[in-house]
Amino acid sequence: MFRLRRNGGPASVAVVVEGALVHVVPGASAAAAVLAAGFASIRETPVTGAGRAPYCMMGVCYDCLAEIDGIPNQQSCMVETRAGMRIRRQLGARQLDPPNQHNE
Amino acid sequence: MNSVEFAIIGAGPAGLAAAALAGEFGLDTMLIDEQGSPGGQIYRAVETARVDSPLGPDYLAGSHLVAAMRAARIEYRPGTTLWHLDPGGPLFLAHAGRTETVFARRVLLATGAIERPVPIPGWTLPGVMTVGAAQILLKSADLIPAGDIVLAGQGPLLYLLAAQLVQAGSPPRAILETTPGANYREALLALRRRWPGLRPLLKGLGSILAVKRAGVRRRCGVRGLRAIGHARLERVVWQGGEIAADHLLLHQGVIPDIQISLALQLRHEWDDGQLCWRPVLDPWGQTSTPSVAVAGDAGGIAGAAAARLSGQLAALDAAMLLGRINGPERDRRAATVRAALAREQALRPFLDRLYRPQRSILAPEEDDTIVCRCEEVTAGAIRRAARLGASGPNQVKAFTRCGMGPCQGRICGPIVGALIADTLGRPIADAGTWRPRAPYKPISVGALADLDAGV
Repeated sequence: MFRLRRNGGPASVAVVVEGALVHVVPGASAAAAVLAAGFASIRETPVTGAGRAPYCMMGVCYDCLAEIDGIPNQQSCMVETRAGMRIRRQLGARQLDPPNQHNE
Repeated sequence: MNSVEFAIIGAGPAGLAAAALAGEFGLDTMLIDEQGSPGGQIYRAVETARVDSPLGPDYLAGSHLVAAMRAARIEYRPGTTLWHLDPGGPLFLAHAGRTETVFARRVLLATGAIERPVPIPGWTLPGVMTVGAAQILLKSADLIPAGDIVLAGQGPLLYLLAAQLVQAGSPPRAILETTPGANYREALLALRRRWPGLRPLLKGLGSILAVKRAGVRRRCGVRGLRAIGHARLERVVWQGGEIAADHLLLHQGVIPDIQISLALQLRHEWDDGQLCWRPVLDPWGQTSTPSVAVAGDAGGIAGAAAARLSGQLAALDAAMLLGRINGPERDRRAATVRAALAREQALRPFLDRLYRPQRSILAPEEDDTIVCRCEEVTAGAIRRAARLGASGPNQVKAFTRCGMGPCQGRICGPIVGALIADTLGRPIADAGTWRPRAPYKPISVGALADLDAGV
């Protein structure tokens, strides 16, 4: 679990993590929002299903992969939150779109 | 196709300083950075930091560097990832799912450092992260670990973060120092050979004293560190002790981020003092490929102040090579920069010897310890591959899938080299490195399909 620093900035950015509203400070990453929401893990590995949390927070380890605004496999530590952003944890490998979805 | 004279990759201290100086010389410059705001990791989110920040004055000083870049007449491209580069040809950039190509006459890689991986048993458990990761959460999100925090490892950042946590009202429950006793003697000898001045030593001592005053429990010479828990961290165990913990923050120093310089097949060498690979550079940061230079920690670890200065040297060299100044003018302007750089580098031999990691950190001893976090390949699997004849990381990759996950071997690379060397009884330098390939970071097929037809 993580908590907001006392005397820190106002947590004025409202995002949605797994369907629940979470407030973070401007500039916080999507990965930070998931941790602020109280989740211990942010993804489950495609190999064994083990739970993982961000390890490096600087775009190196890819253990923060998440689905952001409907797009899977995002490095959530590198994506800055915006008001209304919808973040979901990524459980296993990303789901490919149904094959006919992009036929226009 | 968009075309510039000078492309700089990375907006940390080296890239920011290079960009500001290149702007002064009127070089047509593009500064490309993955993050949404400038500063790199060391000065992350410094533009929005408040003066009462628990991060301290050295961090806030980064705002001057950022302001100089903002004031310079250059093009700054945040949120942009370089995923391929042909030296002498175009840069392939991804931004918001789209691809763009930019031609640059010179490229400066200022990609900085990554934290050295700390492959202890249980390091993949939620609740375990690096000290740097926790500091980034503090810098950019005002988030602090709640519950029992344990810091383990060594290096200046360990006590710096501990002091910042004390300042922020969440002192760690314990600090477990892994520095071997013999390192202290070596480090003191280094101080005698080259005196770095009191200031950097006092800063380090200040952090240590602040942590001691807060009553944080410390253990020295810790060995056999492991993280234990079911589904998440529950306790930290070492030879002769254990402690309950909600957060374990690991640190063993930083190493150059060489993913792009390796992919470009620039000449690299093994640095036995810093126990890492780094590109071979001349005193201006020039690499073995004529149009490419490297500045900052990406070329060898020396810290933020040295990175700023080496960025300036690379910009001076670029200004000469691109015809803005002549050689004597470049050398004249570089003289004061070099003198300052020598002062900043004076502390390195001391730090490198003091915080030289234990062998068991470089090459985990227990076979079931995970090495490749992405593909979940263990140390035992890598040793088996080495014994079967895989003599380098690239063969181990083919044998085991180690390094084939989304991080592209960024985390496991240094561990794999050390494990192969250990298994075969050879120096790490002989094991070699990955040969990474583009895309330097995974991109979507949509971004690839978006390429200009003219490329």
